Amino acid sequence: MQELKKEYKDLLPEKIIQEIEDSLPEKVSKTQLKEIFKRVLEEYENSQVDPGESVGLIAAESIGEPGTQMTLNTFHFAGVAEMNVTTGLPRIIEIVDGREKIKTPMMEIFLQKPYSEGEKIKELAMKIKSTLLEDLAKEFSINIGELTIELQLDREVIKQVGIREETIQKTISQGVKSITIKKTEDGFIIRPRAKGNESLNELYKLKEKLRALFITGIKNIQQVLPVKRKGEWIIVTSGTNLKDVMKLKEIDPTRTISNDIKEIRKVLGVEAARQSIINEVYKVIEDQGLNINVRHIMMVSDTMCMTGEVKGITRYGIVGEKASVLARASFETPIKHLLNAAIQGEEDHLISVIENVMLNQPVPTGTGLPTLKMKR
Amino acid sequence: MKVDPKIINHVLMPKHEKLSDRQKQEILKTYNITEGQLPKIKIKDAGLMGLDVKRGDVIRITRKTRTAGTSYFYRVVTDV
Repeated sequence: MQELKKEYKDLLPEKIIQEIEDSLPEKVSKTQLKEIFKRVLEEYENSQVDPGESVGLIAAESIGEPGTQMTLNTFHFAGVAEMNVTTGLPRIIEIVDGREKIKTPMMEIFLQKPYSEGEKIKELAMKIKSTLLEDLAKEFSINIGELTIELQLDREVIKQVGIREETIQKTISQGVKSITIKKTEDGFIIRPRAKGNESLNELYKLKEKLRALFITGIKNIQQVLPVKRKGEWIIVTSGTNLKDVMKLKEIDPTRTISNDIKEIRKVLGVEAARQSIINEVYKVIEDQGLNINVRHIMMVSDTMCMTGEVKGITRYGIVGEKASVLARASFETPIKHLLNAAIQGEEDHLISVIENVMLNQPVPTGTGLPTLKMKR
Repeated sequence: MKVDPKIINHVLMPKHEKLSDRQKQEILKTYNITEGQLPKIKIKDAGLMGLDVKRGDVIRITRKTRTAGTSYFYRVVTDV
């Protein structure tokens, strides 16, 4: 067995060899075993895709057909209300287009030991959530007579977040320029420093600026939600910031993931992004109860990550990379492409498929791929 | 670049290895392709952390896939 395994190591994938080993009957002679391996290899080679097969086209059909049955524009709730997730066709489109800004960025943060058992999880969640000054204030008002902004702090929230009032005062005076800040019994009075010529309008602008002032936590994390999943507590967030979250000591950085593919590309590289495209698309497909072979999704994902960054299947992404003018023009906005090509004097060598279809010539796929060469 | 174990050991991160010149030529020969036809990886990519690579190096990536168990994939390093 061991010798055969070694012999077929490069010929058959690991998983198939494992499968053979698992499904063998108890008594097999050496010649029988040899025969099994030989036949499996034969089957395996027969089932491989032929060179020149239009795999992209097949993938498009295979994903497109079940895609028509997908629910359009569903927002469904994951766990608790207030947190909605883009699923179904909109999500697939978002991933495949390689969008820079996705509709519902989310993170799943796995935790280290004491926290993953639910201990002190609330404190940790508050630490991760980004806190703006608005969240800490009970009341935010403009005193028209004095031209000041009065801020009443919400002591309960402050206690939950675990921040000292002096620190808040310091962040305010550092974050906003030319103001004087005075502490009162239940909050602060903020006065613009430039005397005499401040209008109410400017004061109002200052108030809005103060509202959105970032105090503590991790930027961009708008909501946190501790969830129990498979016997351990994790924190699901809306809003992502993979880079900063991974720096926290309390979490398990190796399993923490975001659903923003562009962000994963930046933090973990193309290969991680490729894997997460597959995972995300497959999650949607499974959610909808459809059945699409992963290989199609793997192919799409590989194509998107070809250049070392994530490119969508759009005229700005991978289609824009095509060398042939006619191929680009046939996808979207033909006049723009043809005009630009004419101005720049581009050449088209007609080596790919679509331009040859247009010109009624044999295409280099399938049996059209091999060509004859004269022997000199 | 300093190696960050958090990033290198991440579940989404497959193993990246730099190939020697001889291995690289072998790969190009078996697939009958030129260097430019390989998929690319940027030199600043997080996966290349601590590998000491330069432009034109070929990286072997050991992927864990659901279809085949493990499989190899190759990328060539490009600038920026």
